[in-house]
Amino acid sequence: MIRFILRRIAQSIPTLLAVVTVSFFLMRLAPGGPFDLERPLAPAALENLRRVYGLDRPLLAQFGSYLAALARGDLGPSFSFRDRSVLDLIARGLPVSGVLGGLALLVATSLGVGLGIAAALRRGGAVDRLLGIGAALTLSLPSFVVAPLLQIAFGLSLRWLPLSGWADGAPSHLVLPVITLALPQVGALARLTRTSLAEVLRTQPVRTMRSLGLPPLRVTRHALRGALLPVVAYLGPLAASLLTGSVVVETIFGLPGIGRYFVEGALNRDYTLVMGTVLLVAGLVIALNLAADLACAWLDPRLRVAA
Amino acid sequence: MSGAVATAGPARRTLARLARMRTALAALTVLMLIALACLAGPALTGHDPDRAYPDLRQLPAGLAAQPDASHLGPALERLAFRMRVHLDATAREGDTLRLTLASDAGVDRRSLVYLPRSGLFGQPAVQEERDGGRSLVVTVQVRRLHFLFGTDVQGRDLLTRCLAAGRISLAIGLAASLVALLIGVAYGATAGFLGGAIDATMMRCVDVLYALPFVFFVILLLVFFRPSLTLMLVAIAAVEWLDMARVVRAQTLSLRERDFVRAARALGVRAPGIIARHIVPNTLGPVAVTATLLVPQVILLESFLSFLGLGVQEPQTSWGVLVADGARSIEAAPHMLAAPAFFLIATLVALNVFGDGVADALDPQAG
Repeated sequence: MIRFILRRIAQSIPTLLAVVTVSFFLMRLAPGGPFDLERPLAPAALENLRRVYGLDRPLLAQFGSYLAALARGDLGPSFSFRDRSVLDLIARGLPVSGVLGGLALLVATSLGVGLGIAAALRRGGAVDRLLGIGAALTLSLPSFVVAPLLQIAFGLSLRWLPLSGWADGAPSHLVLPVITLALPQVGALARLTRTSLAEVLRTQPVRTMRSLGLPPLRVTRHALRGALLPVVAYLGPLAASLLTGSVVVETIFGLPGIGRYFVEGALNRDYTLVMGTVLLVAGLVIALNLAADLACAWLDPRLRVAA
Repeated sequence: MSGAVATAGPARRTLARLARMRTALAALTVLMLIALACLAGPALTGHDPDRAYPDLRQLPAGLAAQPDASHLGPALERLAFRMRVHLDATAREGDTLRLTLASDAGVDRRSLVYLPRSGLFGQPAVQEERDGGRSLVVTVQVRRLHFLFGTDVQGRDLLTRCLAAGRISLAIGLAASLVALLIGVAYGATAGFLGGAIDATMMRCVDVLYALPFVFFVILLLVFFRPSLTLMLVAIAAVEWLDMARVVRAQTLSLRERDFVRAARALGVRAPGIIARHIVPNTLGPVAVTATLLVPQVILLESFLSFLGLGVQEPQTSWGVLVADGARSIEAAPHMLAAPAFFLIATLVALNVFGDGVADALDPQAG
């Protein structure tokens, strides 16, 4: 098991390297630079700034020193947020995105899996039929439509909840963003659970258990173990995308999370901030995929042997 | 397929499948109608998508003819100011307006072109001239304009704009899906057919690409290089072909051991020929399912990028652009969000339902 984990970590290094390389050269090839202000700087001042940040050196040398710093765990200083390091900014943004994504994940998983189980146990029942339409509907509701509608309904008309802002994570500020983030995933997870559980429920072992007279609840519990495999596999990338923040949700609700830092970094040509956020996201995707695989191996002994 | 459906006879099962096909067909009909409306609609609504009526901004949706009484007065005041005259008298008989224009410096007849130019009036006709040209009596037809879905911030007809935007959204959705489909099928079939070390390497690359935060890369690309339709198409296609490659590869792995493929190989057909003639046609079922579910994803991604201002640019427009406009003025004019959101969501729901239907119809195990 430990060898499996170590091998996966080793395999992730080329991926992360590819992320660093692609985003580094993509940004440097792009026109514009971090010091293009609306009012142009004096050439001498610009030259000075470029020297301080090492932008006057050859591109490959810059890349080399970035990698060297990265190996020491240093993501460099931010270009647009003066006197702040990228690590600093990520340390401020990650908790915001993390709380938001974590709650959304919790809501989406409990609701989605619960509804999926209910639908699979009674195929053709009320929940099942509702899910047939509901899943397609929630999957088709873009977050940038849902968010303004929620703002109008609960923020402007009813005045129950604040329109936007973070306010140090006050619960009332979290409700609308969490709903917006979780809603499409409820449908996706419910559908996945329903299909998967329905499939397991028609396998021989389950039929045998039923024919032996096991109580339905125990049969369901056994079936669920196998049925949750694809759900858990789906949760890995889903968790990564939710935890690293949704660009749209953070923009609309004005939340200072990773997604916002990324967009602002990209717009300001803040090279190091963009690299830092992209690396963070890639790292989380890899880590959570690994976690999902391990969870699958725990659920399914056959995968353990293969690993 | 447990419970009711499993124990029911084949007749019940067929009926259940037909019912599901009926929803799929209904979804297909909705899609066709939306596509038809987007193609033919802008010519039929009576407005050009870019024609702005500055006097009729952010009109709510409605059936009433415009300009109505509440908009006519301010519009005339604005026009009189433009024409450097003041309105001495206005009288309305049906759709004909009788205006008395006055100016101490004399009314310049050339300035009358401002009336038809506003889009609200027909050609003016001078009835009489008084005070040696310092006053002019003019009759002009008030046009009856209809804005079913209201107008936007610049006074453009929202229905026409939604339909014109739909052309772009649908075109991008189909084109990017097609590109992703071609890449995915070619890549997956090649990997699956060649097998062994090549297959392992090729799929390892797909795994690496899966781990990349692609949406972030697409945003980077579009922020750094001028957003353009081509760039967005390429970026979306580059993200979305991975699923297709996996599906096709899995199919190909089982196909390559089948007798007809072996026979072709024994007859000396080369790998490209076998892939093109025997492998790809036999993967079309799952490919069709993946592709129908790919189109809504692409449309969603396009509108997401356009919403952020990174996708389709003015003067072209897409549903994402219109939704972004609507979200900005949601307090003053909620209809501006409702109209494009309706088109976008209806299309996405119909595509998803249709995709599910196709998947069910092609899956022999499904109820």
